[in-house]
Amino acid sequence: MLEIKRLSVAVEGKGILHDIDLTIKAGETHVLFGPNGGGKTTLLMAVMGSPKYEVTKGSIVFKGKNIVGLPIDERARLGIGMSLQRPPVVRGVKTSDMVAACIRGQASEENIHKMAEKANLIELMDRELNYGFSGGEIKRSELVQLLAQNPDLALLDEPESGVDLVNIALIGQLINELLQKEHPIRDRRHGGLIITHTGHILDYVNARTGYVMLDGRIICEGDPHEILETIKSKGYEECRKCVR
Amino acid sequence: MRKIESSKVSKEKARAALSKPAPLGEDIDLDKYAHSADELPYQDDPSQLPVETREQMTQAGVTLDDSSQRSGTIIQMDHSIIHSLASQEGIEVMGTNQALEKYDWLSDYLWKAVAVDSDKYTAHVELNQSNGYFIRALPGNKTTYPVQACLYLARGKLAQNVHNIIIAEEGSELHIITGCTTSPKGEPGLHLGVSEFYIKPGAKVSFTMIHNWTPEIAVRPRTGIIVEENGLFLSNYVIMKPVRSLQTNPLARCVGDNAVVRFNSILVAPPGSTMDLGSRVILDAEGARTEIISRAITTGGDIIARGYIEGNAPEVKGHLECRGLILKGEGIIQAIPELKGTLAGIDLSHEAAVGKIAEEEVEYLMMRGLTRDEATATIVRGFLRVDIEGLPPQLSLELQRAVKASEKDIM
Ligand SMILES: Nc1ncnc2c1ncn2[C@@H]1O[C@H](COP(=O)(O)OP(=O)(O)O)[C@@H](O)[C@H]1O
Ligand SMILES: [Mg+2]
Repeated sequence: MLEIKRLSVAVEGKGILHDIDLTIKAGETHVLFGPNGGGKTTLLMAVMGSPKYEVTKGSIVFKGKNIVGLPIDERARLGIGMSLQRPPVVRGVKTSDMVAACIRGQASEENIHKMAEKANLIELMDRELNYGFSGGEIKRSELVQLLAQNPDLALLDEPESGVDLVNIALIGQLINELLQKEHPIRDRRHGGLIITHTGHILDYVNARTGYVMLDGRIICEGDPHEILETIKSKGYEECRKCVR
Repeated sequence: MRKIESSKVSKEKARAALSKPAPLGEDIDLDKYAHSADELPYQDDPSQLPVETREQMTQAGVTLDDSSQRSGTIIQMDHSIIHSLASQEGIEVMGTNQALEKYDWLSDYLWKAVAVDSDKYTAHVELNQSNGYFIRALPGNKTTYPVQACLYLARGKLAQNVHNIIIAEEGSELHIITGCTTSPKGEPGLHLGVSEFYIKPGAKVSFTMIHNWTPEIAVRPRTGIIVEENGLFLSNYVIMKPVRSLQTNPLARCVGDNAVVRFNSILVAPPGSTMDLGSRVILDAEGARTEIISRAITTGGDIIARGYIEGNAPEVKGHLECRGLILKGEGIIQAIPELKGTLAGIDLSHEAAVGKIAEEEVEYLMMRGLTRDEATATIVRGFLRVDIEGLPPQLSLELQRAVKASEKDIM
C-alpha cells in the first residue's frame, strides 16, 4: 500500500532525510524508533505532503500512485491520515467541529458523541481545538479525529508520549481500532506507521517491522521487540555501530 | 421650566462646538449632505415594506416577518419613525421626540453620558436632531425576547442625525438588537447617531448592533454608557459590509460598585473601507470590571482597533484583547490598546496580535481532508467566534448567523 523508494527530503534547503526505503503492505503496522532529531517526524510529514518538507529525490507510491507533489488534502482523500506530535491550537474551532469535519458524510450528533465517549473526551468536545489540552488529551483528540476520518494508512507521530499509564491502554485500544486489530489478519486492510520513543505502544499493537532512524537514515530494520530490547539495553549507539 | 433651561444651555454649547473637529477619523464635510427629509408614512405592518428594504434590514439583524421573537420593534427611516411597537408589559419603545413630549423628566437624561460639545457631530445632532429611539425597561422588568431597532437611510445624500436614549431601570433586564442600514442603491449618505445608555443598579442590558452599510456611507456614532452598582452592560458590534468611513469610540463609565462592562467587536474591512473603532471603559467604582474584545479582519481595507481601560478605584479588573487577521490585499490593521491605572490594587491587562492565517493550522486541517479553502474558512470562522458571556442563546445564534451570512464576502 505504501512504497517509499530512495527518498531524500530537505527542509528549508537543508537535507534531512537520505535514501529512505520503506514498504508497508495493507494490513501491516510498522514502527519507527530513533533519538530526537533523527528525522522521524520529517518522514511522516513528507508522506502526508506538507510542502515545507521538500522531496529532493525518490518516490512515495501509495495505492500504486506516486503521490509526490500532491497537496495534503488530496492525499487525505486518497486514504492517508496523520496524528501530529504537537498539533497547533486552532482558536474558535471546537473539537466536535473537527470530528464532524472528519466524519464528513455521516456526521451526526450521535456519531460524534459515540466517538468522544470511546476516547473519554466528552468534556473536550466543546473546547477550542488543542487549546489548553494536556499532553494526553492532545493524543486522544488526535486519535478520535483519525478514527472519524478512518484512513487506510495511519501515520502516528508519538501517540503515547506524555500519556500516563492509565491512559496508555486507552490509546492502545484506539490505535488498534484504527488498525483493525479485531479483524483476522487476512481481513485487515489498514496499514500503520507509528513513531514511538518509549516502545510502550508495542504492548498493544501488533507491529510487524521496526526501524531505527538516525541522522536521517534508516540504519536498522527488523523485529520491533528485538530492536526495542537492544535500544533499552545498549542505547542507540549500538545501532550506530551496526551501521558501520 | 427646567427642561427649557437645560435645552438652552445645550444649544449654546452645541453652537460653540459646531466646527470642532473630532480628534479621530477623517473630517466629514457636513455641508455635503441634506439635513431635511420628507415625512414618511407610518407602517402598521412593516412586513409590507418593499422586499429589497426588508432584505437590507434582515442582513442587519432586523426581522419583520415574524415578530413573535421580539419584545418590541422600532423603525426609523430617514427622519421619520415609520413603526414603533412595544409588545411586552414593562417595556417602552418609541421615537425620542415622542418620549420627550411624554416624559418631562427625560430631558435630564440628554447629554449626560455623551457631552454635547464633544465634537461637531454631537453638536450637529443637537442642533439638527431627527428623532432616534427611546427604549426603557421599567424597574424589575425583564425582556424575554430582544427589542429590535432599525435605523434606515433611504434617501441619497441625506444625513441622519439621531439621538437614542436607553434606560434600564433598577433590577431590569433589556436585550436590544439594532440594525443600521441603507438602501442597496449605494448612494452617499451620513449616519450620525448619539446613543446614551443609563444602566441603573442591578440592571442588565445587552446591546447587539449590526451595521450593514454600502461603500459610500460615512458613519459617526457617538455613544456613552453610565453603569451603576451591580449593573451590567454588554455590547456586541458587528460590521462585515463595506463602509466608506466609520469612526466611533464609545465611552462607558462604571460609576457604581461592581458594575460590569463588556465590549465585543467584529470588524471586517473590504477594500475601500476605513474603520477606526475603539471602546473605552472607565472603572470609577470599587470592584468594577470590564473586558474589551475585538476581532478585526481586513481583505483590503484599513482598520484601527482601539481599546482603553482606566482604573481609578480599588479592586477593579480589566482585560483588553485585540486580534487582527490580514487575510488578503493591501489592508492595514493597527491595534492600539491602552491601559491607565491611578492607584494600587488594580488589575489591568491586554493582549494584541496582528498577523496572517498560520499556514501550520491550514495544513493541519487539510490533513483531515478539508480543502485549502475549507480550512481557511474554518479558521476564519473560528477567529470571528466570540462566545459572549451573558448573551441569551437566541441572540448568540442570530449573531452567528449574521457572521456566517457574510462569510462568502470575506473569502
Ligand atoms: N520545520 C523545520 N524547520 C527546520 N528544521 C526542521 C524542521 N523540521 C525538522 N527539522 C530538522 O530536521 C531534523 C529532524 O527532525 P525531526 O524530523 O523532527 O526528528 P524526530 O522526529 O526524529 O525527532 C532536525 O535536525 C530538525 O531540527
Ligand atoms: Mg518528532
